[in-house]
Amino acid sequence: MTTTDQPDAGGPRRDEVDHDTVPPARTGLLVVAGVLLAIPVVALLWVSSYSRVEPKLWGFPFFIWYQFLWVFLCSAFTYTAYRIVLLARPHRPMTDAGADRAGERA
Amino acid sequence: MSGIDGTALAVLVVLFLLVTVMGFMATRWRRPTSMESLDEWGLGGRSFGTWITWFLLGGDLYTAYTFVAVPAAMFGAGAVSGFFAVPYTIVLYPIIFVFMARLWSVSHRHGYVTTADFVRGRFGSRGLSLAVAVTGFLATMPYIALQLVGIQAVLEVIGLGGGSNIIAKDLPLFIAFALLAAYTYSSGLRAPAVIAFVKDTLIYLVIIVAIVYLPSKVGGWDAVFSAAEQKMAKPNPVDGKPTGAFIPGAQAQWAYATLGLGSALALFMYPHSITASLSASSRNTIRRNASILPAYSFVLGLLALLGWVAIAAGTKPIGLDGKPNAQLVIPQLFEDSFPSWFAGVAFAAIAIGALVPAAIMSIAAANTFTRNIYKEWLKPDATPQQEAKVSKLVSLVVKAFALVFVLALDKQNAINFQLLGGIWILQTFPAVVLGLYTRWLHRWALTAGWAVGMVYGTWQAWSVANPRAGINHFGGSLDTIPVIGQMGYIAMTAFVINLLVAVVGTVVLRVAKAPDGDDETIRGDYFADAGDPRVEKVLQPLHQEAPNP
Repeated sequence: MTTTDQPDAGGPRRDEVDHDTVPPARTGLLVVAGVLLAIPVVALLWVSSYSRVEPKLWGFPFFIWYQFLWVFLCSAFTYTAYRIVLLARPHRPMTDAGADRAGERA
Repeated sequence: MSGIDGTALAVLVVLFLLVTVMGFMATRWRRPTSMESLDEWGLGGRSFGTWITWFLLGGDLYTAYTFVAVPAAMFGAGAVSGFFAVPYTIVLYPIIFVFMARLWSVSHRHGYVTTADFVRGRFGSRGLSLAVAVTGFLATMPYIALQLVGIQAVLEVIGLGGGSNIIAKDLPLFIAFALLAAYTYSSGLRAPAVIAFVKDTLIYLVIIVAIVYLPSKVGGWDAVFSAAEQKMAKPNPVDGKPTGAFIPGAQAQWAYATLGLGSALALFMYPHSITASLSASSRNTIRRNASILPAYSFVLGLLALLGWVAIAAGTKPIGLDGKPNAQLVIPQLFEDSFPSWFAGVAFAAIAIGALVPAAIMSIAAANTFTRNIYKEWLKPDATPQQEAKVSKLVSLVVKAFALVFVLALDKQNAINFQLLGGIWILQTFPAVVLGLYTRWLHRWALTAGWAVGMVYGTWQAWSVANPRAGINHFGGSLDTIPVIGQMGYIAMTAFVINLLVAVVGTVVLRVAKAPDGDDETIRGDYFADAGDPRVEKVLQPLHQEAPNP
């Protein structure tokens, strides 16, 4: 495969990066983020772990308040995963032929 | 139920007029140099930041029909068919976190407006792209019609629409939709984005007041839960089985889990969810939103519980035709328990809540038609101006169709088709989401999997009978899962069959060396962000300050 999907229109600068590759990432961190995102899904699909009445909390059956609790937990897990993903794969600016032409115009 | 509640109606009309004015003014908001392109009219210039996207997606996904139907299901059938909405709207966000950023990036690099655009570019397959487009269009139509059902429920409780004169009966609904159509036509996606602020604020206000105030009126949460438990345990006169589930029993756990997961996987395949997501200004907007959108899920859970509060309060949802109609339970609960003026605010929240999704859905359906049917098959050399023009017209046609659908046919039809729509739209998931990661799946195998999933799902849904409601077809969304033998969501079963066909078909086609389509994307496209080449180009008109008119 070629570097870009457009022919290089004779721009003065050649691409330094092959953009038909996945930008580099710290795999370990991506795995951590993946696990954080998977936990709420597994927890809520595992219905038998929470389909019961006791222990009640302020009159609410466990089944109800446990799922409400996951609204907050899931939100926290997702936000943490977001911070981790930003660290794991910093944005790699694209510099293809279109960029060169835009740069010349500016 | 006799007579019209004048105070509530007055409050409703005032708030409704307020958002109508806002809808027309929206065209001036973040004014682009020209509205005459799909990027501007149909995606709001792709310029929405984290908070606007939050309001827009919240207003878009949590529809008026949801607000009416979820508590109605809790009231009538209990936790399995009602409360699953909570795990559904929780697991939704980790799932979209994973793939939506990739879809945003590749769509902005290549100017895609719909999922069918992406499938066309990724697999080089016009057939598969058409399948995705038609599915999206068909699934959205009944969903728009159901928003009308939400408005109807409110009008019915206020006391409007009971007359025998057909024109007078449906006039309020007709006016509401005509106004909606007019400002959607002129302002595009900016109109629902502005109105979403009002809608979401009203919804939060009404539900928090209701959840704090109403339980104390009926004896506290203990009384609410014991009333619900009693009602659900009572045998149904038709089949002698319990009325519903207070908490899902061992037999209903697969149903609860597959309803939650299947609905979550399906929701962001709908064109209106994609439209709202792609209108975000950067790749990470949608990821940040994945952690703040659950606020709406919390509210939806509270609203679901109001269905049980209505049981304790002894709410009697009787329609103007004198028949019981569970869909009226929330408006009726508000009408019975609140002073008229606040009931009016609550009704406005539901009615305005119908406008935002109806607007976005009609825009999204129109974009799909324009890009993937009109431009792809009818007029390949259409200019951006022509695309915007066709889209605006189609948005009108789609809404007119929804109106006819609800007024002329039994609204049960709309509900049946929406049930089918959920099953259908999930069948586009393999091509769209797996396509974001790999091209291993062959375009023909994906098309075959889609077709098998559609046919199986439609046939299964058609064959579900519901003796309690006295109907033989489309009686619900659950059926026995083959092999596992438990009740499960039909859409999920169809989805698994779809995947199996796609994988087996791909193996066969690879062995037979069937030709692949062209892929116009490169790996880096899936990680592009605002500021990258071509991504920026789309945003440019917004950086140029428009001269004051």
